Parts: sequence; C-alpha cells; structure tokens
Amino acid sequence: MFEVRIHGRGGQGVVTAAEMLSIAAFEEAHHAQAFPSFGSERTGAPVVAFCRIAEKEIRLREPIMEPDALIIQDPTLLQSVDVFSGLKKDGFILINTKSTFEELGLADYVRDWPADRLCTLAATDLGLKHVGRPMPNVPLLAGFAALSGVIKLESVIMAINAKFSGKVAAGNIAGATEAFELVRARIESARKEAAHA
Amino acid sequence: MLKQMEGSHAVAEAVALCRPEVICAYPISPQTHIVEGVGEMVKAGKITNCEFINVESEFAAMSVAIGSSATGARTYTATASQGLLFMVEAVYNASGLGLPIVMTVANRAIGAPINIWNDHSDSISQRDSGWIQLFAETNQEALDLHIQAFKLAEELSLPVMVCMDGFILTHAYERVDIPTQEQVDAFLPPYEPRQVLDTHAPVSIGAMVGPEAFTEVRYLAHEKQMQALDLIPKLAGEFKTIFGRDSGGLVRPYRTEDAETIVIAMGSVLGTIKDTVDEMRDAGVKIGVLGVISFRPFPLDAVREAIKHAKRVVVLEKTFAVGIGGILATDVRTSFFGFGIQIESYTVIAGLGGRPITKASLHELFEKAGRDDLPRLTFLDLDWKVVNKQLERERKMRRSGPAAENILRDVSSTAAHLG
Repeated sequence: MFEVRIHGRGGQGVVTAAEMLSIAAFEEAHHAQAFPSFGSERTGAPVVAFCRIAEKEIRLREPIMEPDALIIQDPTLLQSVDVFSGLKKDGFILINTKSTFEELGLADYVRDWPADRLCTLAATDLGLKHVGRPMPNVPLLAGFAALSGVIKLESVIMAINAKFSGKVAAGNIAGATEAFELVRARIESARKEAAHA
Repeated sequence: MLKQMEGSHAVAEAVALCRPEVICAYPISPQTHIVEGVGEMVKAGKITNCEFINVESEFAAMSVAIGSSATGARTYTATASQGLLFMVEAVYNASGLGLPIVMTVANRAIGAPINIWNDHSDSISQRDSGWIQLFAETNQEALDLHIQAFKLAEELSLPVMVCMDGFILTHAYERVDIPTQEQVDAFLPPYEPRQVLDTHAPVSIGAMVGPEAFTEVRYLAHEKQMQALDLIPKLAGEFKTIFGRDSGGLVRPYRTEDAETIVIAMGSVLGTIKDTVDEMRDAGVKIGVLGVISFRPFPLDAVREAIKHAKRVVVLEKTFAVGIGGILATDVRTSFFGFGIQIESYTVIAGLGGRPITKASLHELFEKAGRDDLPRLTFLDLDWKVVNKQLERERKMRRSGPAAENILRDVSSTAAHLG
C-alpha cells in the first residue's frame, strides 16, 4: 500500500487533490481511498487530506500516520504544523514554493534523503498562469506523478476531466502538463548528479 | 459500472435508481451531499416522477415524509446528529404508523459538547423508535443497503434507517459498483402500499388507541421486526442473485470459525478491525470479527450462533449509554444469556466524536483481551491525565468551570497537532 498525505490550507483544493489522486489511481486499475481530515472547513485554516493506493480492497479507515509521500501545498505550514510527522525514511516530499529545501531550513532534515525523492515546485504560479487562480493543487498532483511515478500524467488528466470541464479543465491540463515536465526534468538532473557523484 | 466516487454521491445514485417519488430533506452535514446530489438529479430530470421538497427543518422533513408515504409515494429523506434528534417525535410516528420511509443517517455525534464528527450516538439514540436500522461497512454496502432498504420497508410496511459513518464513509472517495437501472428494477418492484390514503377507498390512518388495544398494536410492531429477521437475509440472497455481490444480511462473520476471541462491531471500523485481525492471525492468534449489519431488529440467534464457541467477545462500539456502558454489548450478552454458554465479554467504547480508531490501539486492546486482562468497560485511548486533572479541579473548587472548556485548554497545552 502506498500512502500519501497532503497538507495545505482551506481554499487551496487540498481535499480535491486527494480525491483526484484517487481517481487517477482508479483509472490505472488500482484500488484507492481518499478522505479529508474532517475539520471545520475555513479558508486559510490548516487542512490535511489523505490518499491510499493499493492492489487490493482498502479496508483500513485510520488517518495516514506514516505516509510514503507528502505533498505540502503551503510552505508557511512548516512553522506551525508537524507536516513531517511519521514520514517514512526516504519518502517523497513535494513542496509548493519558489525556494529550495535549504532556503526553507530543511537541509538538516533531508541530509541523507535521496535527491530524486525531493522536489520543490512554484505551483501557485502555475495555477495563476494557467487557470487564473492561485490554486496549486493540480500542478502539484502532476508534479507528484512525475516525482513518484505512482501515477501517470494521462491519469491525472483523466482526473482533471472528471472534476472540471471547459476552460477550467483545459487550463488545469496545461498547468499539469507544465508541472509534470518541470518536475521530471529536475528529477532527471538530480539522478544524473547522483550518478556522477 | 465501477466508478471512483464519494460515498455521498454513490448513495445519491442508489436512491435515484430506486425511483423515489418524494424526497424531502433539510441539509445537515455530513449527509448534505446526498440530498444535494438527488436534488440535482431531480432538477435535471434524471429522476422522473419525483418531487423534491425543500423543507424548513428536520421535523418538517419527517412530517412531510409521513404525509407522502401515507398517500402511497415511495419516500426518502436523510439526516444526521442533531437533525435526527429534532425530528424524533415524527420518527416515532413514522414507525408507529407503519410507513415504509427510507432514511439515510450519516452517523455523527450529538452534543453537548458540540461536535461535528462521526460516532453512532445519533441513530443509536433511536434504538427503540421502531425503525429498522442497518449499518454499512463500506460505501458499496451503503449503496446496496439503500436498494435493499426500500424493498424491506415496503414488504413489511416499516421505515428503515440506513446508517453509514459520517465523513469516514460519506466523504471518502472509493471504488463502487453502480448497478444498472434494469438490475434495480428487477430487484425492486414499484411500491404497492399495504395501507394508503386513497380517495377511492377512504381510510383513516393514525387513530387514537386506548388501553384496550395499545399493547396489541405495539406488539405487532415487534412482530414485524421479528419478520424482518427472516426477510433481511432473504433479500440479501435475492440481491446477490441479481447484483452478484454479498451485501446486507443480519451479521457478517470474518475468520470466526475457530476463533477464541471474537470482536463485534458495526460500520466502517470493521475494515480496520479486519486488517488488525489478519495481522494477529499471521502471528498465530485465534481471533475473528463479527460485523452486525442489522442493529434493529437485533439478530440474537445469528449472533449467538456465530460466537457460541468462542472464549470471549470484545464488543467495540462508537457510542455508549451514560451511566451503564455498552449498548451493543448489552444486546450481545442478551444473545447468549440463559443458553448455558460461558463467554467472557468486554465492552469497549471507541471512536467517540471522530477520534480515530487505529490499528495500533486495536492490537494492544485485543492482546489484552486475549489475556483476559481487560476491564469489563474500557474507553479506548482515553487520556486519564486530562480526566483526572478535571476531576481534581472539581474536587478542589466548587466553581471549577465548564468541563469542556477546561479540558480543551489542558489538551491544547500538551498536544502536537497535525493540522
């Protein structure tokens, strides 16, 4: 079972992202279960959503406490929420930011991490560029597809079409495609660097 | 057709396939998505010959349901938590009059303290209301139980609550198999009322009944629930023939055949318990779990049959009767009391007000139970430090303040929050 935890703030489409991840996984014939952290839904408040992906029926209903991957939609959460709680060693980390892990003060935390499991992406900018709204969720989901390889970009696009239509869907697909390519290029260069080191 | 969708929407699709004629509802989270979904389908003409009535309260929702059901319309509504409490007087009338209304209860705690999260306090508070109560383990089962519920209700002329865990199921996206209209039509014939307000054959419904006949009318309500004990498994069988799935029934045993310890629970927590049971089985522990689907009527014989060989039962329930303890546990004990069966029984209150029930906690709990090292009544993961601090405060100070506010302060000073 592969478990993903998504942290963000109310209004950033955190819950939608987890639901779309489950749809993308379903489209690839996996079993998937997405659910939110059922808090009071207020704009700006910290929100957590979860997604499990497995090859058999998922019966477990507890929150994800030891995720294989983290998507952090808002880097300001790093100061207030223990987003890394329980993250498995060498788990995937994708953060929505223009900064690097070092600039976020995470150099020590990720010191021994494989470089191709870490990525930052300016996803809010991609949302603004392609959808006209500061929504980082879909670009991050596509970035996560590139980073983890757990789902394909095509499946993310199918999930976009399941959730949105018309111009919004088209904008999200363009944002997702750009995010996917950006992250894929970064992961490839990280792997090359690691091979040369 | 397999689809990845939210539990609420899956239920809305199921209700639509049942060809309801009146849907009356007042939105209350977490069932709101269900009535939004069916409301949209009525408006878009996807549900034909159906009136969607926006009512002004839950009391009105059940009152309208009573009226429409009495005139022979297949009637559906949904509620949760305080909403269910607000309609209680009408809830008793619906069952007392024998009207086959189907209602989803998206299970949630009831206040005070105010709490929007899942437990079973709402529908269990209506344990004795005369409604049938069926508990779904998954979103697939929630969907399937609605289809079965209309048939069950209409065969017996009794209302049915389909209970599904609020948020945990209603807001979860998972795989569901949405049946075809042809399948549902083959299973569920058009509603033919056993009693109906009909201008061509006038009757009155709702007579005042005095001491000379009240007991007899009430006994018949019990008799009908006893008939449901036969009908529920029969319908589950018919359902399987048409839909090819095991859904519903009275109880669902899992790895209980040679089990020394049998856990008994209702609703979505059964999934987490099954995963825990599998891990303990791998370690050689003889443990199994019995899911109770039909809480009312309570299947005494089926429960006894499933547990009679065990050394102990651990009844884990998401609500409790303040002042005594378990509710489901009391029913379970009734199933074997007086039959010469020696079984230790433990009551565990868990998951109140949305507290997660984790595999880690269940492992520890079941291991203790296996050693018969468990108190008769356990509150899973109860923070004794916080409780004792408040008790101490109350002992020392007369004006010690409201318990909820005090405890929240104590908890927020120690807990690390995820989000």
